[in-house]
Amino acid sequence: MWLWRTLVFIAALVPVGWWAWHVAMNAAGPEPGRYLLLNFGQGALVLLLITLSLTPLTKLTRWKGFSVVRRQLGLWTFSYGLAHLLCYLLFILALDWSALGTELQRRPYIIVGALALLILLILSLTSNRASMRRLGKRWKALHKLVYLVLALVLLHFFWIVRADLTQWSGYAAVAVGLMLLRIPPVARTLPALRKRAQRHGHD
Amino acid sequence: MLITPRNRLTLSENDVTPEAVYLSRRHFMAGAAGLGLAASFPGVTLAGPDYSEVAKAQGPQWFEDKLANTRWDAVVAEDKITPFNDATHYNNFYEFGSDKDDPAQNAGKLNTVPWSVTIDGEVANPGRYALEDIVQPSRFEERIYRLRCVEAWSMVIPWLGIPLADVIKRAGPTGNAKYVRFETLVDPKQMPGQDSRFALIDWPYEEGLRIDEAMHPLAFLAVGMYGRVLPNQNGAPLRLVVPWKYGFKSIKSIVRILLVEEQPETSWHKLAPNEYGFYANVNPEVDHPRWSQATERRLPNSLFRPNVIETQMFNGYAEQVAGLYQGMDLRKYY
Ligand code: HEM
Repeated sequence: MWLWRTLVFIAALVPVGWWAWHVAMNAAGPEPGRYLLLNFGQGALVLLLITLSLTPLTKLTRWKGFSVVRRQLGLWTFSYGLAHLLCYLLFILALDWSALGTELQRRPYIIVGALALLILLILSLTSNRASMRRLGKRWKALHKLVYLVLALVLLHFFWIVRADLTQWSGYAAVAVGLMLLRIPPVARTLPALRKRAQRHGHD
Repeated sequence: MLITPRNRLTLSENDVTPEAVYLSRRHFMAGAAGLGLAASFPGVTLAGPDYSEVAKAQGPQWFEDKLANTRWDAVVAEDKITPFNDATHYNNFYEFGSDKDDPAQNAGKLNTVPWSVTIDGEVANPGRYALEDIVQPSRFEERIYRLRCVEAWSMVIPWLGIPLADVIKRAGPTGNAKYVRFETLVDPKQMPGQDSRFALIDWPYEEGLRIDEAMHPLAFLAVGMYGRVLPNQNGAPLRLVVPWKYGFKSIKSIVRILLVEEQPETSWHKLAPNEYGFYANVNPEVDHPRWSQATERRLPNSLFRPNVIETQMFNGYAEQVAGLYQGMDLRKYY
């Protein structure tokens, strides 16, 4: 399992290296800061969706590997989100703090993104055994906020779309699919699906 | 924050075909002492600027013929010109996709020869004209304009083309011609973005100007840039350039110019009326709901130099165009 964990760790870093390479080679276009901003934003969303697919995948396959990387992938989601914010501060606002104040007051899409990142921060800080023990039952309730994060991020993205919803619709469809898999009657069918597949396998 | 010294552009308002009256730094650096004098004489052609780094392209014969007699540097800016490769690989042209590099990838399918433009509505000479006939009577000019996108980035582009006023005058506007409406080609086979089921724009893309804006000497119809024919992703074969307005006003691949009495509906205004107005003049004091307009990122930039500069009223063309809006509340008419 440590090998699997290490592989996931490396896989999560690969895109960063890929983007850094493009920037270094001058292949990221005339606005490399925005290139990184958008890639980290979409990267964070993809990681969030992957993280949320682990529970259904575990139910479907019963492979423990999926659940052992859940915390790691959650932390990666936050890290990408944080990198996304840093890109914004450094390359879009050029560290103009007064501009940040105005943006936070006036732009709904920024407010929603900031709220999502704040929740991700709280979830990351409490993603350890000590917090689980301390919070007891409330830990689970707290971590259900990840669904709110998903909704906020999709709203954040939706408000940025200018003229074509194709890409956004793709992400939204995956998100809706993952949420449907969590509705109890649907969720219950997942292990059954696996059993049926196994039975066929033994025929 | 980095603030670069702003240009001065010399062009008087009653100058219908502005002559080169201000020398660009390039020519000073070329050490051409006599040019200062030459440039102040109307009709003297300066040697074309150095575009050796620009991807070569063969335009139609009429284009190449007119190119030889271009009035280079007819309007200049002191700002540094954006590299050709950036100006052609970072485009908003939703007919070809919504990512900035989509147009460069997808616009190759567009066939621009032959091309005709319908000029109709409130004009004495309505009709469908071949592009070369529209352009033929005017001399090519090169105009170096700042281009300010509503998304808060900007570039500096050397356009080639003719004043819009020339074309409108030749069409013979009637007394009822109060506005000009422009339309882009609709052809999903050549323009894959128009095929998208999730496109929010209701094709054709439409833009408009008030007649006095359209007749203003800075309003320009471009058929080329960087000393060559327009690349498809930049709006070939004919596009509008209105340098004091946000880039989306400068409609591309025009197939129709209609003179009308009522203020026309425009694509972005239709899509989000609270975000995009009819006027869309560059104005650092009036924010777009999603983007501050106080500053802009001059491209290309780098990670170490975001190149954020202050946005100028009317994109730095206030001296020339502010008169068009005298007495208007620019917050209301954004
Ligand atoms: C303080 C927090 C945040 C700020 C200030 C912020 C800011 C931005 C900005 C400025 C953009 C680009 C807008 C444009 O196209 O002009 C953007 C896009 C985006 N952001 Fe955020 N964001 C924040 C949090 C988040 C979080 C937490 C996520 C995901 C987990 C996220 C995901 C995205 C996505 C998916 C895009 C669209 C990328 C694309 O168009 O390719 N953002 N954000």
